[in-house]
Amino acid sequence: MSRRIVGPFNRVEGDVEVQLDIVDGMVHEAWVVSLLYRGFEQILQGKPPQDALVYTPRICGICSVSQSVAAAAALADCQGVRMPPNGELATSLILANENVADHLTHFYLFFMPDFACETYATDSWYLPIAERFRALTGSAIQQVLPARAQFMHLMGLLAGKWPHSLALQPGGTTRSVEMQERLRIACTLYSFRQFLESTLFGDRLENIVVLDSLTALQAWADRHPWQHSDFRRFLHVADALKLDELGRGSDIFMSNGAYGIDGRPLFARGLWREGEPAVLDPGTIREDLSHSRMARGPEALHPYEGVTRPDADAPAGYSWGKAPRLDGLVVEVGALARQVVAGHPLALDLVRHSGGNVRNRVIGRLLEIARVVMAMESWANGLQAGEPYCHSAEMPDEASGCGLVEAARGSLGHWLRIEKGRIRNYQIIAPTTWNFSPRDAQGVPGALEQALVGAPVRAGEKDPVAVQHIVRSFDPCMVCTVH
Amino acid sequence: MMTKPASAKVNLLWLQSGGCGGCSQSLLCAEAPDLIMALETAGIHLLWHPSLSETSGADFRGLLGQIKVGNIRLDILCLEGSVIRGPDGSGRFHMMAGSDRSMMAWIEDLARQARYTVAVGSCAAYGGITAAGSNPSDAIGLQFQGDRPGGLLGAGFKGEGGLPVINIAGCPTHPGWVTETLMQITAGEMNGGGVDHLGRPRSYANHLVHHGCPRNEYYEYKASAEKPSDLGCLMENLGCLGTQAHGDCNTRLWNGEGSCLRGGYACINCTAPGFEEPGHPFQETPKIAGIPIGLPVDMPKAWFVALASLSKAATPRRLKENAVSDHLQRMPDEEGERP
Repeated sequence: MSRRIVGPFNRVEGDVEVQLDIVDGMVHEAWVVSLLYRGFEQILQGKPPQDALVYTPRICGICSVSQSVAAAAALADCQGVRMPPNGELATSLILANENVADHLTHFYLFFMPDFACETYATDSWYLPIAERFRALTGSAIQQVLPARAQFMHLMGLLAGKWPHSLALQPGGTTRSVEMQERLRIACTLYSFRQFLESTLFGDRLENIVVLDSLTALQAWADRHPWQHSDFRRFLHVADALKLDELGRGSDIFMSNGAYGIDGRPLFARGLWREGEPAVLDPGTIREDLSHSRMARGPEALHPYEGVTRPDADAPAGYSWGKAPRLDGLVVEVGALARQVVAGHPLALDLVRHSGGNVRNRVIGRLLEIARVVMAMESWANGLQAGEPYCHSAEMPDEASGCGLVEAARGSLGHWLRIEKGRIRNYQIIAPTTWNFSPRDAQGVPGALEQALVGAPVRAGEKDPVAVQHIVRSFDPCMVCTVH
Repeated sequence: MMTKPASAKVNLLWLQSGGCGGCSQSLLCAEAPDLIMALETAGIHLLWHPSLSETSGADFRGLLGQIKVGNIRLDILCLEGSVIRGPDGSGRFHMMAGSDRSMMAWIEDLARQARYTVAVGSCAAYGGITAAGSNPSDAIGLQFQGDRPGGLLGAGFKGEGGLPVINIAGCPTHPGWVTETLMQITAGEMNGGGVDHLGRPRSYANHLVHHGCPRNEYYEYKASAEKPSDLGCLMENLGCLGTQAHGDCNTRLWNGEGSCLRGGYACINCTAPGFEEPGHPFQETPKIAGIPIGLPVDMPKAWFVALASLSKAATPRRLKENAVSDHLQRMPDEEGERP
């Protein structure tokens, strides 16, 4: 047995290290180490509640809007304020803009460049894939950066700027949209749709969202040569490398539900466990500190009661991350989880066949791009002229509230207690806090720690490429993880 | 702008520490030129960037080792995020992956090798948001701690290129601030006069956020917004610091057509050291006897107050009503707009 330390991982947001015990060319056990502690939960103590709208987006430059929306929702919960319809639509458009751009960034900039690495130089698909996806110099990035930047003009219009906007308020958004501006939004969305249909999918979005099984997906892929679009390129490589057999997690999927309009989310809230839908009860969430570098009490606490006191020398602590558990369970969050919980037939069929794995996580993301962009078109269309965007309400001196939303990479929760008009406690559980959690008091490894077990390590590999694929398949955000 | 021949490429290394990665994410939104084109124009060879490069792990650590001993020339070091000193000066709140050294130690080593060191964002420049509240991670900037010179490298630090740390402050930075500063450096056009007293490039720091603010007419007549989404001036009630903040946000614009003010919310002066602790709720204007404390930087207070009460008395009804609405209620061509 040999212990291997892998890292730093670039092309993830923030810093992560993975420690591996390797036996007979396979990962036998893994430990995931979150390396950076900044202490936002400590920074927020004693602040005026609404200042969370300034601090929390700055936890993360890639999930910035998601953090804003979670903070605004937690404050709205304290205030008892509801958004007007335009506020809900604009909030959903802004959040979707970030989430879809993040999916695109993940696929093109973070995940696919790994297939351009020398390890694969003799594989039949290597040359065209490396030419297309090589970091910085591949042909894809030249198309993707301008398309992404133009898509994010929606941020300029609806949120002032990205990242770190203050447009997202508990009662709605601060930027009303004139009717001719609505047409500009429609035009930006249409232009982005053109990019997706010509470059990413090679087909109409409508034809992607109706794919309802693995068989249907394969039949769709076979309709054209594999170099016809980037999605087909990925499916070809996934097939060749059997990425559906790599990186299986706990197969318990969670989603807070996303894009609520008029009380109904586009993607449902819930849990998927043992092949069945189940109810998600956030009251059963606990954060276990047994393997965190944190001072700890005897029990794992619900985030309303949560405590954050870093201790670099805490016994058995190996990560600045905490270990959230849902009713004691290790859950996986992300686009695949969201689509499974939302009941999309393709996601359900993929998971039925092979569970959560590298291939299915990526397909989940691409499927979601198509679904969300189509929803954005209808939201933009629904903005009403002359109607309000934001309701105001007093902030109570004593209150508690939570905001449960979905960032690109999964479920994000903020729990807030206000006393004497100030923040008494503020706890955050980010998507990668779930996925990259350390072990809990029972010694149960987190989702990535489980997913890494069995990963092949080739002879002479210093940074095993299979490990790279698995780590990046979760689209981790380490700055959110510890915050 | 000179285009460098391939042999004379400028080596740039980009590291992240105590921050959110938002300045890199913002940089990816660069347009005309986009990021790849800007780097190419400037003749920059990216040795490594955490979001963009292929190299991971051992190869990356090898690269840093080579730079540290001088085998690979480091022309520009960019740091994004603050320097993390905690706990107790050990830097253990941020260790370099796969090594037993803190990022703080690595940053110091590499800055000593670099011809130019650039702090990207207010965290790397001054400590920024990471240093807010009780500053639990003991975060500081490269050459400042808040507005006090010093920081990690010390007040007297200068790179081989003859300059102290260049502070592209902002939370986040505008992509154009970064690409243009890098192009200035590689063109040999960045000198001591190119930055202000806080090390910020004058290209954007010579402007105030107020310049080009679309709410200027409301400002002139002191027709003020009272709640989020109102169209009026945000200075009197909602915490806007645009008249004091250094930046060209309302003339350069963000993500195509945006800015904080255009987005309907206050400028929080994010290019300034200490912006993270304003001493009052960010979205509320502190006042004494009804008069905002923070007035425009270089305007005599009495004069401002006199002017304000005069212009308030003359505010057209159009502005008065529009200021407290989130849609235009009265148009310029309507009758009866006089007070």
